Amino acid sequence: MKSSIRDLGDIRVIELSGKITIGAGDVKLRELISQAVEDGKNSIVLDLGGVTAIDSSGIGEMVACYTTVTKRGGQLKLMHLSPKITDILQVTQLITVFDVFDDEREALGSF
Amino acid sequence: MADNGQLKANLVLASRFENIEVAERVLLDLCRRAGLGGDDDYWLVTALREALANAIRHGNGQDPTRHVRVAYVVENSTVTITVEDQGEGFDPKDIPDPTDPENLLRPNGRGIFYMRQFMNRVDFGPAPDGGTAVRMVRDLAHTDTDP
Repeated sequence: MKSSIRDLGDIRVIELSGKITIGAGDVKLRELISQAVEDGKNSIVLDLGGVTAIDSSGIGEMVACYTTVTKRGGQLKLMHLSPKITDILQVTQLITVFDVFDDEREALGSF
Repeated sequence: MADNGQLKANLVLASRFENIEVAERVLLDLCRRAGLGGDDDYWLVTALREALANAIRHGNGQDPTRHVRVAYVVENSTVTITVEDQGEGFDPKDIPDPTDPENLLRPNGRGIFYMRQFMNRVDFGPAPDGGTAVRMVRDLAHTDTDP
């Protein structure tokens, strides 16, 4: 998995690409969120536009990150989900947990 | 290997997560040779990855001296994948429903659920080596929804 970070005011946008899967992408995702929290960035948008595959470990890590950020009074939102990743979130009802956006301006304006 | 219209492959892998990539490439190669494609590949790979992750992590405890066996059979429009570990075995009924509202924010427990969502049939039983064998079937001729 590859990542790039953009800070827009108080909001951190983390762009992810490749696979978020067991033993690799899931660990990297945890580190990125930990870093954001350490940097005082509690408003986070995960841009999944470049993500080609995600497994239950990646989904689980996303849920854990959501819980971590929420407990600190912050918000974690998702952007640019592919139809397949949307399906993966829908079948486990997680689509009801996350705020999901197709448009970056809308995502940034939602905080 | 082609056998009477069947395509088959068998792998024996050390219990390392990076070997999931090897098993994925073999499945994709079989699908390509069988003329299968489109979204089916994606859901087959997703189910395979979940079965292997369970076998490596929960079955074999990430002990690389323990093996995971993978058997693939592609026949007509049916893909059958069997994954065997050398663990202590488990009862899939013990896994709570991840869609239950009280479990929604649990960080784990979704792997078997995804396998059942993306395959037409998933059966667990004892493996010959004493661990767990999971047999998953996806019949592409009778899979008309996505996933």
